[in-house]
Amino acid sequence: MSEPILVAENLTKWFPVKRSVTQVMRRERTWVRAVDGVSFSVEKGEIFGLVGESGCGKTTTGKLIMKLLDITDGRLMLQGEDVTHITGAALAQHRRHVQMIFQDPYASMNPRFTVEDVLMEPLEIHNVGKDRAERDVWVREILDEVKLSPPEEFLARHPHMLSGGQRQRAATARTLMLNPSVIVADEPVSMIDLSTRAEILAMMKQLQREMGLTYIYITHDLSTARYFTDRLAVMYLGKIIEMGKAGTLIDMALHPYTKALIGAVCEPVSGRVNRIKDVPIKGEIPAATNIPAGCRFHPRCLYSVPECWEEEEPTLADVGDGHMVACRRYREIQALGDAARTSDASLGLRRTA
Amino acid sequence: MEKERVLEVQDLELHYFTRKGVVRAVDKLSFFLRKGETLGVVGESGCGKTTMGTALLNMPTPPGRIIGGKILLEGQDILMLSESELRRRVRWESIAMVFQGAMNCLTPVYTIEKQMRETLQQHRQMEKKDATDRMKNYLNLVGLSDDVLRRYPHELSGGMKQRVVIATALFLEPKVIICDEPTTALDVVVQAQIINLLKDLKEQVGVSFIFITHDLSIEAEVSDRILVMYAGRIAELGTNAQIYGPQGPAHPYTQRLLGATPRLHEEVEELAFIPGTPPDLVAPPEGCRFHPRCPVLLERCAHDDVPLREIEPDHMVACWRCFDE
Repeated sequence: MSEPILVAENLTKWFPVKRSVTQVMRRERTWVRAVDGVSFSVEKGEIFGLVGESGCGKTTTGKLIMKLLDITDGRLMLQGEDVTHITGAALAQHRRHVQMIFQDPYASMNPRFTVEDVLMEPLEIHNVGKDRAERDVWVREILDEVKLSPPEEFLARHPHMLSGGQRQRAATARTLMLNPSVIVADEPVSMIDLSTRAEILAMMKQLQREMGLTYIYITHDLSTARYFTDRLAVMYLGKIIEMGKAGTLIDMALHPYTKALIGAVCEPVSGRVNRIKDVPIKGEIPAATNIPAGCRFHPRCLYSVPECWEEEEPTLADVGDGHMVACRRYREIQALGDAARTSDASLGLRRTA
Repeated sequence: MEKERVLEVQDLELHYFTRKGVVRAVDKLSFFLRKGETLGVVGESGCGKTTMGTALLNMPTPPGRIIGGKILLEGQDILMLSESELRRRVRWESIAMVFQGAMNCLTPVYTIEKQMRETLQQHRQMEKKDATDRMKNYLNLVGLSDDVLRRYPHELSGGMKQRVVIATALFLEPKVIICDEPTTALDVVVQAQIINLLKDLKEQVGVSFIFITHDLSIEAEVSDRILVMYAGRIAELGTNAQIYGPQGPAHPYTQRLLGATPRLHEEVEELAFIPGTPPDLVAPPEGCRFHPRCPVLLERCAHDDVPLREIEPDHMVACWRCFDE
């Protein structure tokens, strides 16, 4: 087993909420617990996916890895070094090693820059390359890598002169300029047409193999995550509730939340039309200022029993082959599911209670 | 027995008159919508699907203009009506639209009650109490409680706002509702809930839907028939079973689009994609518009314009390969 390149231990980010006058007088404080104790490790050359609904803290986790936000608590290790509280030159170095691809390539590129300027900028900031001529060669090479070729045709273009797919290729090229070890890709294809989505992902995968890159792939789309990632972590309200190999996690999900997410995905398969799907989940995601006691999923869970909210929150437990789940009833729920499949016995749902 | 057609579109043409030239966004489109069915419209961005939606309300976005064709709503051509007649009798009265990013259609400074009442007052003479009852009924129908009326949009979640917009589209009891990407900004769980809601409404209210999206997997879930658009034209039009069934779709474009749609429960090494980009509609390619990206083209595809023909009942295709000649 190879060395982990990135380790997050109990990573936490709380944002303070603006207080009212009475709250200030009463010395009350409320927090948005965006990331609330997340632990994982990523090996070199691995593609690790973070999935979840909006507001689950997946993007904040990405920004913490980039060190775009200060870490409230916990520890972040990159290549064996503690980078939790680095500043100044060390932070600048960190940002060379960890790069990010943003969701909207149009918003993340200066519209007045040409593709050449966009790619040249990181080299200038970090003072890499001995002269302009050397940098020019690199820029052309990278453009070839991301299949924006011939490079001459694209160098002088502004972002608005590129299609969505080409823009995301240019954004990928920019992250590669500094030869990073980890790339955080935050919904890199969600704004791209379905027909080119696969093309961008295939290119990113090829680059990963050729250059030994490590990706953190942040998405809400389970279908692309299955295809693109090696391992997946499902986040809910700032915590990882299930983690494992992408295929295993999707085909043999254990946590009721993961099951609900999977049940809600549409698939292009015939015979599904007008089949009303009962998404096995209740209500809507609560605010991150007011995280439920006990298991944070219990108010929406169809299987919750009093111990789920009376006792402490369940932690991630290994169920074999690196598959981890944070649910104290997963075995019973699985048994219920099997029983329902063999006989038509009704599930032990709390609906009746 | 064939169900009655609520809407029939014949040779609809809508062009955008831009400085770069005339963009033929909707080019001689013909199709119909049966009572109580959901017709899905899919295609890549820029294929003209949203433009087509706005054309059905005779509400093209400038510099767009409808330059030809007919839109028959229960036999009457709405393109012949005056603006005031359209407002009074067609828009929201007979055809309503749920726009892309509908949640942002709500005015942030008004309560939900005020916004809904405004629509109602424009169209119906009604006692205040009756109007309130009706609003409450429709909010309940889409799964919201009465107290939503007093709320401001920022107090509601994305899914709840989308439900409010759907309720507003419904409460004048239109015959057709056009949904333009109604679920794209929503999370998967909320998306599934909204899709289930639309399906329930179809059964309960008997309204017909035109469901516009770029996502073939959502169409599989909601639509009875699917219309695949490419570069302003219909590439294929078939029933759910014809498009998603074991024999697969007939048009190479639909086949490829379906191939590029990831499936959750299948292990795939490589996803297929469609090389190239959709054509520039100022100067679309000659012959079949898909031919520059087509993997199986014939010699005639590059110069002979391809018609839309029926290859089996309810299944129309515009591809030379599919015709026996």
